[in-house]
Amino acid sequence: MTSTGKGVTVCAKVCPAYNTHVYGFDSSLSIPSIFTSSLYTYKLVMTSVFPLLKIGPFNEYPDEYSSVDAADALRNSKVLVIGAGGLGCEILKNLALTGFKSIEVIDMDTIDISNLNRQFLFRESDVGRPKAEVAAEFIRQRIRDPSLSIVPFFGKIQDKPLEYYKQFTVVICGLDSVEARRWINATLVGLVDEELNNLIPLVDGGTEGFRGQARVILPTLTSCYECSLDMLSTKQTYPVCTIANTPRLPEHCIEWANALEWPVHFSGLKFDADNPEHLDWMYEASLKRAKLFNIKGVTRSLTLGVVKNIIPAIAATNAIVAASCCNEVFKIVTNSNPILNNYMMYSGDDSIFTYTFSHTKKKDCSVCGNTAKTTIAQKWWTLQDFISQLSKNQEIQMKRPSLTTSTQQLYLRAPEALEEATRGNLIKKLSDLIEPMEEILVTDPSLPISLKVRVHFEGPEEKPDTISALMSDV
Amino acid sequence: MLKIRQLQKKKLEEAAASAAATADITGNSSTISSNNKITPAQLRLQKDITELDIPKSIKLTFPNSSDLFNFNLSITPQQGYYKLGTFQFTVEINGNFPMDPPRIKCSNKIYHPNIDLSGNVCLNILREDWSPVLNLNSVLIGLNFLFLEPNPNDPLNKDAANVLVKNKTLFAKNVRDSMRGGYVDQEYYDRIV
Repeated sequence: MTSTGKGVTVCAKVCPAYNTHVYGFDSSLSIPSIFTSSLYTYKLVMTSVFPLLKIGPFNEYPDEYSSVDAADALRNSKVLVIGAGGLGCEILKNLALTGFKSIEVIDMDTIDISNLNRQFLFRESDVGRPKAEVAAEFIRQRIRDPSLSIVPFFGKIQDKPLEYYKQFTVVICGLDSVEARRWINATLVGLVDEELNNLIPLVDGGTEGFRGQARVILPTLTSCYECSLDMLSTKQTYPVCTIANTPRLPEHCIEWANALEWPVHFSGLKFDADNPEHLDWMYEASLKRAKLFNIKGVTRSLTLGVVKNIIPAIAATNAIVAASCCNEVFKIVTNSNPILNNYMMYSGDDSIFTYTFSHTKKKDCSVCGNTAKTTIAQKWWTLQDFISQLSKNQEIQMKRPSLTTSTQQLYLRAPEALEEATRGNLIKKLSDLIEPMEEILVTDPSLPISLKVRVHFEGPEEKPDTISALMSDV
Repeated sequence: MLKIRQLQKKKLEEAAASAAATADITGNSSTISSNNKITPAQLRLQKDITELDIPKSIKLTFPNSSDLFNFNLSITPQQGYYKLGTFQFTVEINGNFPMDPPRIKCSNKIYHPNIDLSGNVCLNILREDWSPVLNLNSVLIGLNFLFLEPNPNDPLNKDAANVLVKNKTLFAKNVRDSMRGGYVDQEYYDRIV
């Protein structure tokens, strides 16, 4: 056993099934007693705590590293897993076996039969049940560690209040949607306050066929998800004119049925890819179109693939990316080795290629380019008063600010129609228009980024009549 | 978390240094009381909408002024084949903007090579060439351009495109007839003048 120079005394509370003990490691012992107790406990310790005894070869802060703290951190940290699908199953399994003791998992989906080839926490009898719940159940039963708490939530991440996210040490995502990633990214960036409290690292994994990526985001400190949004490839689409007039591929026929024919036949009815009748109609319409143009290859599964924009998932890619993500979570929590800075891409298309680089923070990023500032307003101020104060006080002079909240437009300078609609608000009292500390979004043509402001009210409800009081004295 | 604490410390020191140089208006921070989060799509859209720089011929109207995501558009070209017609469009923007492009449909039935009879618009930047670096302004300018320079090479209304290629005078007449509200090749078009 290597000494860290501080004397290795790790108190690792290992709790396998039926056997709850506190085991002591002592550098003076040649063979820790734990290794002789059972193969199971031996394995558990080897996989989670044992590597922490040694100081990592690249550890950035060797003087501050303590294996006791590292083991404690591993046990006491709370991890949120978003997504219990292909990546999520791998992530949950990895975290639980690594020795994390408190895990929550959110997923809004139910299990489909087509998931079973790679989402190994689910069985055929689980089809139709919520992914998060089944995954949590399976892990609990398989690992049988009474000290492991794994809490599922069947629903959307947007359903949880902001406060909910504050309790986690780190958030790890295995999502299939850009929208959900943007939401959680913006939420975690928004949680960070001016003293940089509530900074919760986000580890994000993604796979698409043979390719994948893992990245670490330290909200407000490093490049966020929104910073690199421009790099994302958008959904495969085809020119309308091609699908309308000169289809050449089976996909063109399906897109024709989906984008052009469906709205004509079922005006107002939204297409639902999970409705077999809808899909049947789409398939028949696409097939008819394909026959007309002598195009081969329209099948029911291709139709589903095109309308749902399905990219085939490869189990091995999920395993690799999830492993990388969990490794990052482990390092963030334990300080054992440097964390990923900050993006790793993996490609298994043609042999294996990985490349790690650091995304730079975008200065005018609409999400992390600014964090919400708190400002003080008098209770009697009108919106107009508030706007003029805001323009005066900021370092950057605003010329034509527009203000909104998440639920209403306070004042918009342009276009004309909105200016007219919101002009009436200018003479209203700000404290009547918004809640205290409600987030206000301020944009201005002279600002490259938007500004988020929260208002703290003080002072009297009515405007103090100072001038007339002075006048009456005279 | 050590690394993060180091980075936090560094950033706070930098902030303190710059705050010493400039007066800061920000006061005490209390907890976030409201759960209403401004979505990333709204962040971007507000900037796009309030900073539109478009010709006078394009007008925006909002049926619900508290909803920036759905609005109507009218285009009144000042020159070209479609001069002085007023064309109505609906614009639908979803929560995934700017990853997803705005969805624009023409509300009138019009005679145009790049707009079909159900109002679908064939404009590359609305579909296959859309990218998040483009904005609402570029889409509106593109749409306006379709009326100034109808493009017969990427037709959606093939008949109209054929006429435009073969006989510009007939095309101009067809456009005039259709805009007044009437039949062109047995198809009735909405009156938009």
